[in-house]
Amino acid sequence: MSRPFRRTPGSAESTPSDVPDPTDSALGRRRFVGLLLAAPTLTVTARLLGDVATASPAAATGGGLVVPTPDGPADIFDVSDAQMLTVLPTASLIHLTLDTAGVAHFALHRSENGQGITTSTAMLIADELDMPIQDVSVTLADARPELLMNQFTGGSNSTMSTYRPIRTMAAAARRRLVETAAGRTGHSASTLRTADGHVILPDGSRIAYGDLAVDAAVDEDTPLVAPLKPLSELTMVGQPKGRTDAHASVTGTKEFAMDLQVPGALPTMVCRAPRLNGKPIRLLNHDEVKAMPGVTHVALVSTGIAIRARTFGQCIDAIRVVRAEWTEGTAGRKSDADVLADLRKAEIPLLVPKVPALAQTVETDFTFRFASNAALETNCAIADVRRDRAEVWSGLQVPLVARKDIAAKVGLPENAVTVHVTLGGGAFGRKAFSDAAIEAAEVSKEMGVPVKLMWHRVDDARVGRVHPMATSRIRATVLGGSVLTWEQRHTSVATDFTHGFGDVLTAAAAELPVVDLGFSETVYVLTQGTHYNFGVTTNLLNEVDHGFNTGSMRGIYSPNAATARELTVDKIAELVNSDPYQFRRKFIRRARGRAVLDKVAQVGSWGRRMPAGTAQGIAVHEEYHGFSACLVEIDCRPETLGRQVPDAVTGPRVTKVVFAIDVGLVINPRGLEAQMMGGIMDGVAMTLTSSMHLEDGHFLEASWDNYAYTRQWNTPPQLEIIVMPSTTEEPGGAGEFPVATSAAAVATAYARATRTLPAEFPVNHSAPLFFTPKSFEPPLPASPTDGLSHTY
Amino acid sequence: MPTHTFKVNGETVTVDVEDDVRLLWVLRDILGITGPKYGCGINVCKACTSHVNGKAFNPCSVPVGALADDDEITTIEGLPATVGKDLHPMQEAWIDRDVAQCGYCQPGQIMAAVALVKKVRSESRSITDADLDGIRNICRCGTYVRIREAIRAGAAQM
Repeated sequence: MSRPFRRTPGSAESTPSDVPDPTDSALGRRRFVGLLLAAPTLTVTARLLGDVATASPAAATGGGLVVPTPDGPADIFDVSDAQMLTVLPTASLIHLTLDTAGVAHFALHRSENGQGITTSTAMLIADELDMPIQDVSVTLADARPELLMNQFTGGSNSTMSTYRPIRTMAAAARRRLVETAAGRTGHSASTLRTADGHVILPDGSRIAYGDLAVDAAVDEDTPLVAPLKPLSELTMVGQPKGRTDAHASVTGTKEFAMDLQVPGALPTMVCRAPRLNGKPIRLLNHDEVKAMPGVTHVALVSTGIAIRARTFGQCIDAIRVVRAEWTEGTAGRKSDADVLADLRKAEIPLLVPKVPALAQTVETDFTFRFASNAALETNCAIADVRRDRAEVWSGLQVPLVARKDIAAKVGLPENAVTVHVTLGGGAFGRKAFSDAAIEAAEVSKEMGVPVKLMWHRVDDARVGRVHPMATSRIRATVLGGSVLTWEQRHTSVATDFTHGFGDVLTAAAAELPVVDLGFSETVYVLTQGTHYNFGVTTNLLNEVDHGFNTGSMRGIYSPNAATARELTVDKIAELVNSDPYQFRRKFIRRARGRAVLDKVAQVGSWGRRMPAGTAQGIAVHEEYHGFSACLVEIDCRPETLGRQVPDAVTGPRVTKVVFAIDVGLVINPRGLEAQMMGGIMDGVAMTLTSSMHLEDGHFLEASWDNYAYTRQWNTPPQLEIIVMPSTTEEPGGAGEFPVATSAAAVATAYARATRTLPAEFPVNHSAPLFFTPKSFEPPLPASPTDGLSHTY
Repeated sequence: MPTHTFKVNGETVTVDVEDDVRLLWVLRDILGITGPKYGCGINVCKACTSHVNGKAFNPCSVPVGALADDDEITTIEGLPATVGKDLHPMQEAWIDRDVAQCGYCQPGQIMAAVALVKKVRSESRSITDADLDGIRNICRCGTYVRIREAIRAGAAQM
């Protein structure tokens, strides 16, 4: 990976129909200046200069058979823009402190769940400040109410929105250290340079940053103009860097919430209702439960019967003897078919466009089943609620909303609640909700003791958040090789956005290019950019049913919407006898999109001859101020479908994935590759194997052998990720990006290999259930005892 | 309450706890050894994979009463000592390939990898794709490809 270089956006091979990149806006380049803060050692922040500008709509140009599509709302101002805009007013409320040992401390106002932002943040600080990365300590900030919307981890927006403030702080710190050294030595600041955590004097002698930290401090806040280094002078940004927490991860010393030792916080679990979100009415055998070995407390709380014990294993055993009365739950007795029927009733009719009589209509209709955003670390939190204060530890994507909800739940003023953000064992949208933290606080209050509360895997799967079931329908009209109209209508079980994302859009309301849309509809419209010149294009959402615990899942609507879109593109290409790659190439709207498409086609040898039952597929996706393309090879031959791995969902095997990603400015290509690899595993699972089955008011899946997320036996043997050289001076988003592209590419490959157009995803959802559902009463299975019979 | 004596990471420990408490909770909740993670408690996710007498096993599925006095448990914390180094070659391979993302499953992945390499060695063969396909440890971050690379690299140094 070479040093990032400047390139005019769109300098990839362009055609007359190309439109400018959506990222060519002034939003990300708002100017920040440094501000020295009064503190004992050097402490700096970044302050915003000037007014907030809005991006201007880009004009489309067209020609030939390509009927241009004007910019849709998301092309003008998307959710990424909204997030960046709303954090600007609070950008100056973060600060970097240098201690006398020469260590730079920064408490990051985002959560780290594996996506690598603590590493990339340390890189940015170390690079701008000319210091060794091991002397940069990046921790996670506690919930800080003054940050308002600037403590929300989601939308693949962390790097996008923190990049400039963090660099500005570091640049100001470096400048101040140089000035301080100049004042101390009598040299002119312009004759001094910095390297490796030292100021270097003209004679080559060095003063360590730590020796300057006290003198560099100020008594009152003082603005300091310190230009950022030109990108060409950065030595770490753009270079591959291993994670700063890699050693802790491989030695088992990385501490997650359940690894923390908070005095008195004993293991606690909750016995839940037989049906989704059922509430406890009464516990019938309190004394029996309380008498179980190890049990210290039993309490009826709003979500179930909470049990605190010496060990989690004893909580499980006690849950299994609970006899209680429960309400029915929020999903009633519904099954998958009932939910799908509700969706069908709510679908917005597709229009009959006014097009020439000879135009042909292409229509598609896909169903996307409930899916689970569960992480490997189950929902969990430690809570210590006292009469006048509460303290909570949990991996939280939105700690401020957690703090507010906890305060309301336990009846304390918000300022009496302290929320610590712990390192998370995966998030994927699940940790945008603070379900376990709120529950832990309630339990701690009811029991009057600290609790270390953890959800059992069964509950995490069955009662945890799901990605909503949805249908996505498309109608396009095609005439003489041109696409004249394109309508997409997405109908979904309601996505829960009560985690604070609503505040982001409300705050950005004046800038939004849409009016009169509901909240979810706005999110949908602002995440669905127009990818192709397909003439008159519309793309809308409708929602139904609020009985489910929903949330995003490494992307909100895009993985489903993109899968529908790219399959339909293939269908149109087939209709006009065009190659799927060449067809996309001709109609794609932007040069950077075409560049990634060309890259995967070339590296993946698009069009090579493949045996019957195997095929290539290709897809593109633009979002998060970036561009991606994916080429997949899949094997659907009988011998592959029938391959046997014990207790495994095998089925079609994705044998090769070639993925190209252009995020604008690349900070850490190694971390970016890791994010792409992980997201691809999500995409493979979403299309082929992983879904939740709703039956009689509860989800059946209760373990990782029920919910078939990608495992080693599904992993593509060949994976090539191409990080495109930096195309802009601003980083785009990454974490959620690859899911849509890869899910769509796997779907197109599957359709071509099987010569069928699947009606639903994952493609195996309606096959006979591959597992025997675990019991609902008792709600947890017994812990196995035969572990010594399975050693290897 | 019954007492149980066994070895963990080279040290003999004695705990007072009921016979049927699974070893995972004895390690985590009583002994404070938190490298083995909880991911399911029913021997599916394999996040707690550790070694008993040098072989991979899952302490979530072993009652502490099933252990004998001379059984030796090795968790991720004790793995480097088995080769007398600061890091086991498999851990070094993991760092070299930058495998971990959230890191939650990785102690179990590494313990499974070491056992797998030893197992195929004992069968006088080297790791195959089928061996790697057969690893059950789940990684929800999807680090599988780097895990496969790291196992092969780590095996070469073991």
